[in-house]
Amino acid sequence: MNSLKNSFQNILYYPSAIVGMLVVFLLVFTAIYAMVKIPYNEAIRLWRGGEEIWYQNPKFAPPAWINFFSSKKYAESFAVRTSDGTMTKEVTPGAEGTSSMAVSYTFDFSYDYYPQELILYLSSTYDEKQPFISAEWLTPDGRQIRIVNLALNQKQTYRFSQDEKLRTRLRTDDVIPQLFSDPETGDLIRGKYQLSITGTTFEPDSDINAEFVFHGQVYGLAGTDQARRDLVVPLLWGAPVALAFGLIASLGTSVLTMVIAAVGTWYGGWIDELIQRITEINLVLPFLSILIMIGTFYSRSIWVILGATIVLSIFTGAIKGYRSIFVQVKESAYIEAARAYGASNPRIVFFYLIPRMIPLLIPGLVSAVPAFVFLEASLAVLGLGDPVLPTWGKIIQDANSNGALYRGYYYWILEPAVLLMATGLGFAMLGFALDRIFNPKLRDV
Amino acid sequence: MAVVTPAPIEKRAVKKTSHTSTFTRVSRFVFVRLLVLFATVVVGIYLTIMIANMGGYVDRIMKGEIRDRVTQSIAANPAARQMDPAVRQKLIQDTIALEEKRVGLDVPIAIRNFRHLSNALTLSLGRAMNMTSDSGSKQVRLILLERLPATLLLMGISQLFLFFSSIFLALNLSRRYGNFWDKAVVALSPTSAVPPWFYGIFLILIFAALLKVLPFGGMVDSPPPSNPFDYSMSLLKHLILPVLSLVFSSFFLSIYNYRTFFLIYSSEDYVEMAKAKGLPSRDVERRYILRPTLPNIITNFALLIITLWTGATITETVFLWPGLGRTLYQAIGLYDIPIIVGSTIIYAYLLAMTVFLLDFIYALVDPRVKVGGR
Repeated sequence: MNSLKNSFQNILYYPSAIVGMLVVFLLVFTAIYAMVKIPYNEAIRLWRGGEEIWYQNPKFAPPAWINFFSSKKYAESFAVRTSDGTMTKEVTPGAEGTSSMAVSYTFDFSYDYYPQELILYLSSTYDEKQPFISAEWLTPDGRQIRIVNLALNQKQTYRFSQDEKLRTRLRTDDVIPQLFSDPETGDLIRGKYQLSITGTTFEPDSDINAEFVFHGQVYGLAGTDQARRDLVVPLLWGAPVALAFGLIASLGTSVLTMVIAAVGTWYGGWIDELIQRITEINLVLPFLSILIMIGTFYSRSIWVILGATIVLSIFTGAIKGYRSIFVQVKESAYIEAARAYGASNPRIVFFYLIPRMIPLLIPGLVSAVPAFVFLEASLAVLGLGDPVLPTWGKIIQDANSNGALYRGYYYWILEPAVLLMATGLGFAMLGFALDRIFNPKLRDV
Repeated sequence: MAVVTPAPIEKRAVKKTSHTSTFTRVSRFVFVRLLVLFATVVVGIYLTIMIANMGGYVDRIMKGEIRDRVTQSIAANPAARQMDPAVRQKLIQDTIALEEKRVGLDVPIAIRNFRHLSNALTLSLGRAMNMTSDSGSKQVRLILLERLPATLLLMGISQLFLFFSSIFLALNLSRRYGNFWDKAVVALSPTSAVPPWFYGIFLILIFAALLKVLPFGGMVDSPPPSNPFDYSMSLLKHLILPVLSLVFSSFFLSIYNYRTFFLIYSSEDYVEMAKAKGLPSRDVERRYILRPTLPNIITNFALLIITLWTGATITETVFLWPGLGRTLYQAIGLYDIPIIVGSTIIYAYLLAMTVFLLDFIYALVDPRVKVGGR
């Protein structure tokens, strides 16, 4: 045990090991943060949610920080509503139970690209007489554009770009650019824009609430996908999923391989023979095809795939490698001593044979993690990812099937790709260094 | 003299028995080995067939699909619409039965599994259930043969290049280990933890999306150029990115492994001896380092040849390369068991054959190894 401790202290002499460890620690930290910040059920609800959760976000929006790197600025998204006071509402009571209200929102538009869409979500309460609103648009150069007059239902959505009347009034097919530019020159105008809504209710308890959603070109820390989902959720949650899959698969595979090899070598005879035959048969089986078949025919759950991966990865070449070392260890003096004092067979296998192999096990275990992390991503890219869980591979698959590379949504692929790559390289660097530390034969070369 | 005599007699006797038994030993070895390998292949293929059926689960999916398709096609048929409902129902049932018989769903699954097995073992690959080749054939053999050149081209170029360049570079590095390039290879070897399709995505992003100099995927331009020269140029252009990603993802680890391997062998005493004799370093490398490592290198090469057959499923999918790996993936999506089994049996046979031949090759290149000996 002491030598094991010393070996771990040696890690500090390997810069790549330090970098690898840093990456792994960061990942573990991210994973814990993700699970604390967004509980499992909440993450699933957000990831599986549709328009009703994500309506405030634009589609295909790169992250907001790309504005730092671009000389032309993209409009940032925002949403304001009267219900929580981000948009002011003034009510003035009138005669016979009627009242009029004024809602207005002024915002600074100093970008170089037009927003994707402007939407008003209106809700009202009334018994019989529908409230009435009219919306106006004030540009920085003082023009006043009538947007719409509406008699409100309980819930109503008004999309600026979809309004035929507004199109005719503005003499254009594309409403949004027209609202933000000079009608003479067609140039974009920067400055303070105002949306003002005046409403009238005709009953004492009648009320109007409005939400103004501005779908810009960029959004948040990580951008959004085709379903308007904020990519922060799957990017954060990808970390615990990737770590869990990689570590469980790697730990399960290496420990089981070792135990089976030790048992086979110690007992010998038909057990050993059986293990060797199973290994040979397993070599014939097409690993990836079987996983694809399980994913396609049976279940795409990550736990089923994980189980199948472990079962198929036990009986591989590694078992032969362990076996050849165990055969040598079996003859050593300390085993003979254990036998002489009457140690039982299981005791020898688990307390004498296997502990001897731990220096070999640890580097192998760490180095195997990236392969499993990428296996999960690979299956996701083939469309066989877990249907419920948000993972990095699923983001890449979504991006790929939406033609992200052709259409220039590079952020969409790069964000999960960089995280996957960092995970893979981090574990690989740590594993390589551990291999050199624990196997001094390699240290000189 | 008298004291020494027993020894030579015994020695001669041992020599004699070993000499006469060479033929029996080899033939016994060949027989046992072939039997074991064949049994391995049979069990492996049977397991694959079982998994491809998922214990009858796939049958239910396929029966449902057939029922759906037949009912819809008859409902859409104007002639059938005039029929009496009972007659139409009978027509539907008959067509379903016929269709199920065509894909072989009318016999119990256990019998069907054995039928698949015996067909696979005799390499009569039969007809695909759903897939067709580009020329319109349903023969599994033709479908696989049609995709084989694409895979051989892609995998052949990348794997052979990888193999020879890494051995060559590794030999160079092992000669002067510890220098800048050597350290660089050691430092870069973790890059191989990332699979080729992943580098493929980055390469597509850089060279196809940003720089727009190379195509996103596919094998030739569309429409394919008629002129053979233009055709091969177009093929070459489409090959660059997939080959690059396949090579890059294994490059540094492969060099690192061979380098470490050569270094272990070059610290042997006989290598020191050869150097001390003043042999040129080329000779030392060829005769004293490469020679004893030959069995391992040959094993690697043989396994490489087998991987050519399996193709690279995900890399081919990312690059839309019409190879065997992608075909297998498509076949699984269409529940096309004959293609899955056909592709697996060929792999299994190739693997078994290679394992079998390697025993003899070891004996050829390494005089210490005896076929069937201990």
